[in-house]
Amino acid sequence: MSSAQLEIQLIASVVAIACAIPGVFLVLRKMALISDAISHSILPGIVIGFFITQDLNSPLLILLAALTGVITVIMVEMIQKTGLVKEDTAIGLVFPTLFSIGVILIAKNANDVHLDVDAVLLGELAFAPFDRVLISGMDMGPKSLWVMGSILLISTTLLILFFKELKVSTFDVGLSSALGFSPMVLHYGLMSVSSVTIVGAFDAVGAILVVALMIAPAATAYLLTTNLKKMIVLSIFFGVFSAVSGYWLANILDASISGSMTTMLGIIFLVVYLFAPKKGLLSVLYRQKQQRTEVSLITFLLHLNNHSEKRERHINHLQEHINWQKVRSKSVVDLALKNNMVTITDDIVSLTKKGKDFTGLALEYILTNRDDKIEHIKEDFFLFRG
Amino acid sequence: MSITDYFTLLWHDYTLRTITMGTAVLGAICGMLGSFAVLRKQSLLGDAISHAALPGIAIAFLITGAKDTHILMLGALVAGLIGTFWIRGITSKTHLKSDTALGLILSLFFGFGMLLLTYIQKQPNANQAGLDKYLFGQAATLVESDVFLMIGVTGVCLVILLLFWKEFKIMLFDMDYTKTLGFNVRFIDTLITFFIVLAIVLGLQTVGVVLMSAMLLAPAAAARQWTNSLGVMVIVAAIIGALAGVFGTAISASQDNLSTGPVIVLVAAVFVLFSFIFSPGRGILFREIRFRKNRNDLQLKKTLQFMFGIAKTHENISHPHAIRILNNFHGFSKSSLQKMEEKNWIQLKRNEWSLTKEGYEEAKNLYNQQSNE
Repeated sequence: MSSAQLEIQLIASVVAIACAIPGVFLVLRKMALISDAISHSILPGIVIGFFITQDLNSPLLILLAALTGVITVIMVEMIQKTGLVKEDTAIGLVFPTLFSIGVILIAKNANDVHLDVDAVLLGELAFAPFDRVLISGMDMGPKSLWVMGSILLISTTLLILFFKELKVSTFDVGLSSALGFSPMVLHYGLMSVSSVTIVGAFDAVGAILVVALMIAPAATAYLLTTNLKKMIVLSIFFGVFSAVSGYWLANILDASISGSMTTMLGIIFLVVYLFAPKKGLLSVLYRQKQQRTEVSLITFLLHLNNHSEKRERHINHLQEHINWQKVRSKSVVDLALKNNMVTITDDIVSLTKKGKDFTGLALEYILTNRDDKIEHIKEDFFLFRG
Repeated sequence: MSITDYFTLLWHDYTLRTITMGTAVLGAICGMLGSFAVLRKQSLLGDAISHAALPGIAIAFLITGAKDTHILMLGALVAGLIGTFWIRGITSKTHLKSDTALGLILSLFFGFGMLLLTYIQKQPNANQAGLDKYLFGQAATLVESDVFLMIGVTGVCLVILLLFWKEFKIMLFDMDYTKTLGFNVRFIDTLITFFIVLAIVLGLQTVGVVLMSAMLLAPAAAARQWTNSLGVMVIVAAIIGALAGVFGTAISASQDNLSTGPVIVLVAAVFVLFSFIFSPGRGILFREIRFRKNRNDLQLKKTLQFMFGIAKTHENISHPHAIRILNNFHGFSKSSLQKMEEKNWIQLKRNEWSLTKEGYEEAKNLYNQQSNE
């Protein structure tokens, strides 16, 4: 591994960590798309900053562009406050407009600006090690590593200092203002940090992939845990993992590094989305199927409980009365039999003692709708559910 | 070339006419379907889908090796639909919210698309140049067959809209009611989503991935301000979209170095801004005027109420009082008193005012109304 390769991976990892931290809070606050809006609308800020500084990594440019990001947020909120359109429409109106202004600014000055829209939108990590910081002739490493490193340092410091406040205001705005943390200040603080991070990262990974690095690790982590600290740690892990593995994927395919980082993020998300233990697609589908069977079982038992006459309890009659298809009614009857809740003699289904007790409890739960009843039932009767 | 030149050239120049037709038709169909997207609170779906279409374009190219616009569009359509349904899957099956789902699909698909595009660019296939025009769109690449395709799609879309008008309308405003009426909600929902995705894919070539969402939203958001009727909104949105397309093309053609997509978006944004401010029913300007008027009205009535309080202690309600005694009530001025006189509530005589019969009745009723509420 050459030093340039190592540097690229290091930069990618730093960018991933710096994005993951604000990303977690954006996802939790249901503001994920604000990052998309900011990442596009910083374009005019970058262009104007570039006119002034002529240097894509200058701190002034980053501040100017980040300011455009915050202005975007303010504009979205202003439009939303008029009540003329919904929030998502406001976002969808503001950022393409600002982006268009940026594109036109670049196009009109194409001759004297060495900046093109592709570079801003897509970025190129592979060139990052070439732009180096020289202090009195000494090579101090790539410039973007310094830029992203300082942004990461700032956001980590802010995170540690204001962790409690951020946590409270994310989950309970009312409580946080009652406790005296202004949700407004935290909101704009978070927006500023996100904005600065996006601006710092666009150069390396491009404006759109910044969004992936912000949202995807956080969303993936959110499927695995409901603990804020664990979620932050997990998203940092996913971010760094995809940064490093993405780099090698790009190496193999000879393709864009940022593209393959995102692809790795996508693969990780897909795997977690499908297989996450409690919230993954498969376990949700399994749970829903189980719940459907449980409901069917209860319906079936209640029906038996209601009817003492033989005609109503005949196994064929049950099928048409409850209006289930053959397969489903068979599986429900089997389940009930397996749990010793019913007995079948001469095709007549009758409740056992256990079945009666269970039905009584279930009925009580339905009438009172109290959870403690159902907890007890679950332990007692649904243990051997197959 | 000036803008007037452009409009004279429009009748002779083939390319210019094709492009203008294309952007106008695109604006119209986006406006039409965008109205549904906005009202269904799926405004940002356009943004997500236009990004998600990129890998579809790349894969279609990888499979066929040809740069036939229609095949690439088919790829984009498939990828867009997969993206849409995955977004739906994420929001309905997990606890992730729709904004996260949209952002995820948008960025992940786009990143994958970038990977494929850069991969294709390294391939020894001379055909690949120009695939990235889909990123920003190039109206200049529109040819007549593209325009015919757009017109065809718009026609089909119009027919479907008219056929299912009632269903679309009821589903927009009350999903559960639609279900209870026995309509196949899933089918209607899929149908309208399919057409929205189709419109987005059609626009990719012209305005590009990034600006497509504005194309879909802006005409609808502008039209929404002028009417409360769905039918009118769809028509107005289509007209605004078409106008934005034509003016955008005109402006960009009349200047050097201006790509069409951003200009169309800016023109549409101007329409939106204008509608936000000047629409008579909902616009900010008229709302402010109404607000001021109501406040002044209230002020006058408060003054009247105060006068009523003084006058009712006297046997003769029209007994004149000195204006001076209103001084500890601050809500009056010379002009407001004059206005009250114009309304015939009071009579002013030098330094004195007296309540008229009408003013007395007005104040009494005002009081009653308030206490009733």
